[in-house]
Amino acid sequence: MIRKSFLSLSGLLLAGTASADWALNMPKGVTDLSLETYNLHMMVFWWCVGIGAVVFGVMIYSLIKHRKSKGVEPAKFSHSTTAEIVWTTIPVVILVLMAVPTAETMVRMEDSRNPDLTIVVTGYQWKWHYKYQDSDIEFYSSLARSSLEARRKQSGVDPFSVDNYLLDVDNPVVVPSGSKIRLLFTASDVIHSWWMPDFAIKKDAIPGIVNEAWFRPNEVGTYRGQCAELCGKDHGYMPIVVEVVEPEAFAAWVDSRNVEQ
Amino acid sequence: MTAAVADAHDHHDDHGPAKGIGRWLFSTNHKDIGTMYLVFSLIMFFIGGAMAMVIRSELAIPGLQFVHPEFFNQMTTMHALIMVFGAVMPAFVGLANWMIPLMIGAPDMALPRMNNWSFWILPVAFGILLSTLFMPGGAPAGGWTMYPPLILQTGDAFPFLIFSVHLMGLSSIMGAINVIVTIINMRAPDMSLLKMPMFVWTWLITAYLLIAVMPVLAGAVTMLLTDQFFGTSFFLAAGGGDPVMFQHIFWFFGHPEVYIMILPAFGVVSEIIPTFSRKPLFGHDSMVYAASCIAFLSFIVWAHHMFTVGMPLTGQLFFMFATMLIAVPTGVKIFNWVATMWRGAMTFETPMLFSLAFVFLFTIGGFSGLMLAIAPADVQYHDTYFVVAHFHYVLVPGSVFAIMAGAYYWLPKWTGHMYNETLGKAHFWASTIFVNITFFPMHFLGLAAMPRRIPDYSTQYADFNTVASIGAIGFGLSQLLFVWVLLTSKKGEKATAEVWDNPPGLEWTVPSPAPYHTFETPPKLNESHGFH
Repeated sequence: MIRKSFLSLSGLLLAGTASADWALNMPKGVTDLSLETYNLHMMVFWWCVGIGAVVFGVMIYSLIKHRKSKGVEPAKFSHSTTAEIVWTTIPVVILVLMAVPTAETMVRMEDSRNPDLTIVVTGYQWKWHYKYQDSDIEFYSSLARSSLEARRKQSGVDPFSVDNYLLDVDNPVVVPSGSKIRLLFTASDVIHSWWMPDFAIKKDAIPGIVNEAWFRPNEVGTYRGQCAELCGKDHGYMPIVVEVVEPEAFAAWVDSRNVEQ
Repeated sequence: MTAAVADAHDHHDDHGPAKGIGRWLFSTNHKDIGTMYLVFSLIMFFIGGAMAMVIRSELAIPGLQFVHPEFFNQMTTMHALIMVFGAVMPAFVGLANWMIPLMIGAPDMALPRMNNWSFWILPVAFGILLSTLFMPGGAPAGGWTMYPPLILQTGDAFPFLIFSVHLMGLSSIMGAINVIVTIINMRAPDMSLLKMPMFVWTWLITAYLLIAVMPVLAGAVTMLLTDQFFGTSFFLAAGGGDPVMFQHIFWFFGHPEVYIMILPAFGVVSEIIPTFSRKPLFGHDSMVYAASCIAFLSFIVWAHHMFTVGMPLTGQLFFMFATMLIAVPTGVKIFNWVATMWRGAMTFETPMLFSLAFVFLFTIGGFSGLMLAIAPADVQYHDTYFVVAHFHYVLVPGSVFAIMAGAYYWLPKWTGHMYNETLGKAHFWASTIFVNITFFPMHFLGLAAMPRRIPDYSTQYADFNTVASIGAIGFGLSQLLFVWVLLTSKKGEKATAEVWDNPPGLEWTVPSPAPYHTFETPPKLNESHGFH
């Protein structure tokens, strides 16, 4: 077993150099709101960097200059009302500057009126169920077969050899690009959380409660997410895949589903 | 002095401690009980740490190598419960027991028998909690937050989990009552409230927080118990209950709880930084007001842990704004520490090094906390490794480093000998380097969308997970250096009463080691102790 760990460790190092996966930041996503979220994240981040540079700068200067080994005599002061007013007021101003754009984004996020399409999402231990409202289309979506074998303990299958290991499903959700899509969330057993980073949506699916969220995807593509609320032993194995397709392709997909059913 | 001599013959316990195990089992002495709390907390730190090693070993590379997902979830749940309730909180109670009477000039804690009881409940509570690992169905695996309905799927361990949480709460409440009664009633005659050292102040505030919120936790877990066994439906939607209500109640406890674990840390570093800067604490009174502000705000921000449960917009806005406000008093504290160092004459003994790392790294945890306050961004961060990085930054190089700093600072007072400074510094540097290797990459993992509490992950998260696991093993091993320091602590040179270079505070007016009984007559405060 140890030998195998070493093998996969060396495999990992090779893969590490090959795949350049040292991702550092949040994805910008493919909706207007995910981009706004990203921008808020970066705004607060840069404020923190700025404040950190000042505070740590002063501290490091002090650590270098104000040390006993330099023969300095310690000062005696122990308060300064002016300084304290300044460093109470400035943070308040910065916080207001952060709060205003954030609140504006939140108002937009909550506005789920007039959707083009509504999908009811139900969390189960450990899979998702999707029902397209006002249609007969409904299906379960579980971890793809390709990951099922590799995920077993000491399976002997190298996860790097599996495409989208743990992030692929048998039945992806299909939605048309450019439409306003509303999601209604609930759960049948325990609390789950439907998270799609590229849409900046994370909403808990809770038994007995219906939550909602919406997104309008701007780009076609396949987007991957995961359950984000601990829901039992296979919490790590209920991924989410959404395929955003052109409206015509979506219509064709709907027809094909209806023929199947 | 004459009064003291006249009183002396009334004392039956001028003789030292009792012999044998009875000294510890029946102890009513704040120093012995403090020692027991600290030793207990260190043992729990290693047990919880061993669980962290299991977690990080499994996560070192993708694929499942060592444990099954069920057991992985047991490890994350137990690691948190043990570190929060078994390691960090008892360590601060231990420091409080040892130091509060010495700092305020009291002969002991006000309620010594309750003190004994509140300690001895803890080994029972954690004995019960740890025994669940061997029960059918295993230990609790629903997360330390115990959210229903998931937690109700726990096996035989369930009632034992609830009972042990009740016991921990009982112990904390009794400890808190003791701290409050001692501080309010037993201060040296000249010590007005605003003359109290910061460690005493922060503990006073912490004790009120404990009394306010531990019963709330007890209520929440009792409702879980009756939902499971007595047919109630507090949190079960099928019976008209609300699973989200548990989260509101839990976090009404849980958010003050995080300040319970950090306010005494603020107190410890506020004692240490002035000593090694050779300058009085900057803005003592504003530190008191800031700590009180933080305590008040901690009661009205709980739902920032729940931005994804589907709260109305106004609720989200309220909790976001209230949370952002906490940055103001916390900022005041950090600025005051920096101002204390400013134009001081600093030296860098181990306690100071740990305190400086505390200020740096706690501030980084504060920054990620501010980022988490921004509700739309929190939707992306929530339940990812970004959160794991955040709370480990405030708890490990935050609370734990402050506990280490306090331990090194007061160790010579406890043992009467200087610890090995070289070993102490080695412990510090190893801990500081590895703690960052462990937890800094977790920020990146979270931003790249890795959820927390998963035993296996997609391959794009492999690199940083490997780094974090290497750091974690290094951090775990580094703590053995601390044990080495403790085991060799009696070999060092004899400590003077002052130990350090003219440190402020009454604890340095008694000999080192502190005699079994101190301040049988209340001391007089004067300027040489740092009181003005």
